Amino acid sequence: MPSEDAAPPLDVDQILADPGVRIVVCCGAGGVGKTTTAAALALRAAERHGRRTVVLTIDPARRLAQSLGLTELDNTPRQVKGIDVEASGGELHAMMLDMKRTFDDVVLQHTDPAKAAEIFANPFYQAMSSTFAGTQEYMAMEKLGQLHARGEWDLIVVDTPPSRSALDFLDAPARLSRFLDGRMLRLLLAPARSGGRSMFSFVTAGFGMFSKAVQKVLGAQLLTDLSGFVAALDSMFGGFRQRAEQTYRILQARETAFLLVAAPEPDAVREAAYFAGRLREEHMPLAGLVLNRVHRPAVPELSAADSRAAAARLEDAGGHEGTVEVLRAHAALAQQAVREQRVAARFTEAFPAVPTVSVTAQPADVHDVDGLRTIGEAISQR
Amino acid sequence: MVTGKGGTGKTSVAAALALGLAAGGRRTLLVEVEGRQGIAQLFGTDPLPYEERHLTDARDGGEVRALAVDAEEALLEYLDMFYKLGAAGRALRKFGAIDFATTIAPGLRDVLLTGKVKEATTRTNGQRRAYDAVVLDAPPTGRIGRFLNVTAETARLAKVGPIKTQSEGVAVLLRSPMAAVHVVTLLEEMPVQETVDAIAELTQLGFPVGRVIVNGARPPVPTGRAVSSAELKRGLAAAGLPADARTVAALAGEARDQQVRRELEDSLRGDLVELGLPLTELPLLPDGVDRAGLETLAEALVRAD
Repeated sequence: MPSEDAAPPLDVDQILADPGVRIVVCCGAGGVGKTTTAAALALRAAERHGRRTVVLTIDPARRLAQSLGLTELDNTPRQVKGIDVEASGGELHAMMLDMKRTFDDVVLQHTDPAKAAEIFANPFYQAMSSTFAGTQEYMAMEKLGQLHARGEWDLIVVDTPPSRSALDFLDAPARLSRFLDGRMLRLLLAPARSGGRSMFSFVTAGFGMFSKAVQKVLGAQLLTDLSGFVAALDSMFGGFRQRAEQTYRILQARETAFLLVAAPEPDAVREAAYFAGRLREEHMPLAGLVLNRVHRPAVPELSAADSRAAAARLEDAGGHEGTVEVLRAHAALAQQAVREQRVAARFTEAFPAVPTVSVTAQPADVHDVDGLRTIGEAISQR
Repeated sequence: MVTGKGGTGKTSVAAALALGLAAGGRRTLLVEVEGRQGIAQLFGTDPLPYEERHLTDARDGGEVRALAVDAEEALLEYLDMFYKLGAAGRALRKFGAIDFATTIAPGLRDVLLTGKVKEATTRTNGQRRAYDAVVLDAPPTGRIGRFLNVTAETARLAKVGPIKTQSEGVAVLLRSPMAAVHVVTLLEEMPVQETVDAIAELTQLGFPVGRVIVNGARPPVPTGRAVSSAELKRGLAAAGLPADARTVAALAGEARDQQVRRELEDSLRGDLVELGLPLTELPLLPDGVDRAGLETLAEALVRAD
């Protein structure tokens, strides 16, 4: 009856130990323990499987970051000390993504210092590099591409940004490069570039009207800034698209394994199901589902109703207050477990072939390497 | 406005608040702005259009309406109001131009979304306001400051023009006593940390923070005393349940884990109390958030007011 029994079991050790797997991408809704899962898997790959591993985190909780020795956002991998790799010979490195600095680096790499300075000073670049809704996703992909190209690691474990929707991670890079590359942008900027002459010669009147309206609504200053930005970035357009496409191809390759991370809550399971469908469409290799924070009673044969009834009987009889409390707590746990199974079954029914592992909820949050190791053991069911 | 870290149940809390505030013959509007269709999923309805629709009845003759604001639709509506675009506007959408315009200016999207909320909030039918309350299922804590601080974002990009005027009007309303930002959290470390951070940010930006809402709360630890195995064995026997060593040890283990969890929850609760804001606890709904559950939450929220 438990839903996870219907799906084939997910063996993460097999993935982490496979030398053919070079990238593990953890994705899913916010608040399901994605970052912790990524960190725990990376630690296990280093300690158990002797792999030279780097984990790319996006926005880790302060204490989790500290547990990996990450005290600042410096955008380069740092080796994690104090882990148990003597026997295995592995290594663990960790980094936090600094999205603005990654963007700056891309600009610097593709243009000369004078042009770069001009781009950095442009208010539009400033807004886009720090607040544009797809920038973080794009930069995560960019960083992944960089780490992969350096060839220094056996395994790269990636945490994905806490997007509005998990799909943004796949969509944003294409959207951003389409935008930076865009015909639309060139159309809109045509008057600014050619002194305002050519607009109506090659586009519809509707578009001209729209451009005027945008000018009126946003103010001409914005278009001037934007025009400067685009002119400065002109030489980089091809580069942006090429890099996005390269990373996309890496994600489709056999060396990549996607792990969906979810909790047995309706929103998280729905997101995971969307994502599974999407990965299939994009021909990206889905390795399995990690279902975190699952509650499992230690005495499954005692149902919530029976436990509650027994507590009521004892209470009426008097005495045994301690046992009454234990039985009530067990009843709540058993009831929650039943509900969680019902929710998780929605995924399993839609994707019966996707290997799944359920990870029991930890009583306390993780703050150190020992905690991550425990989670790693739980995920690999050891 | 209801915000909170992802996964804390802010959509359910926003919906419950809209229900609670509508009870007793009033009318409220529940708004979402992130295109997630969270309201439709919660109530099991078809996806919401960009149109105010009846969502559900509230207790004692109240009504909750719902609206999913879409930035593109809002921009078209806005342009139409000022420039009478008509069919040309529809053509622009086919062109992808609207998506483009909201992409080039990230702040523009947020101004259009909050602008629509302002319009609904201040709209009147004759003498009476169209809604007694407007509840916004706002973006999560990580983005809330930037989302509400529309003037700062647009001022960087649009230095003149109607968008600037519009964003200033929104800024005044959002900082007025008519507005409040409620922050939803769970008694877990990361959501509590994000709550503390978001409240500091909102306060610094001058937005009125309403209450801290703890979702899925269990009452504080009752005794704090662990029950001994011998005691548990006697209790189980008295209740006519199996009292073999394995069962006793397993149940004691469950109780111990729960105790650890509850103590952590109590300490996090203490961190929230220190914020010095009104604190409302919503009970954990054992069967999840269904319609009856929302009613329970609505009552708890209104009682707290």
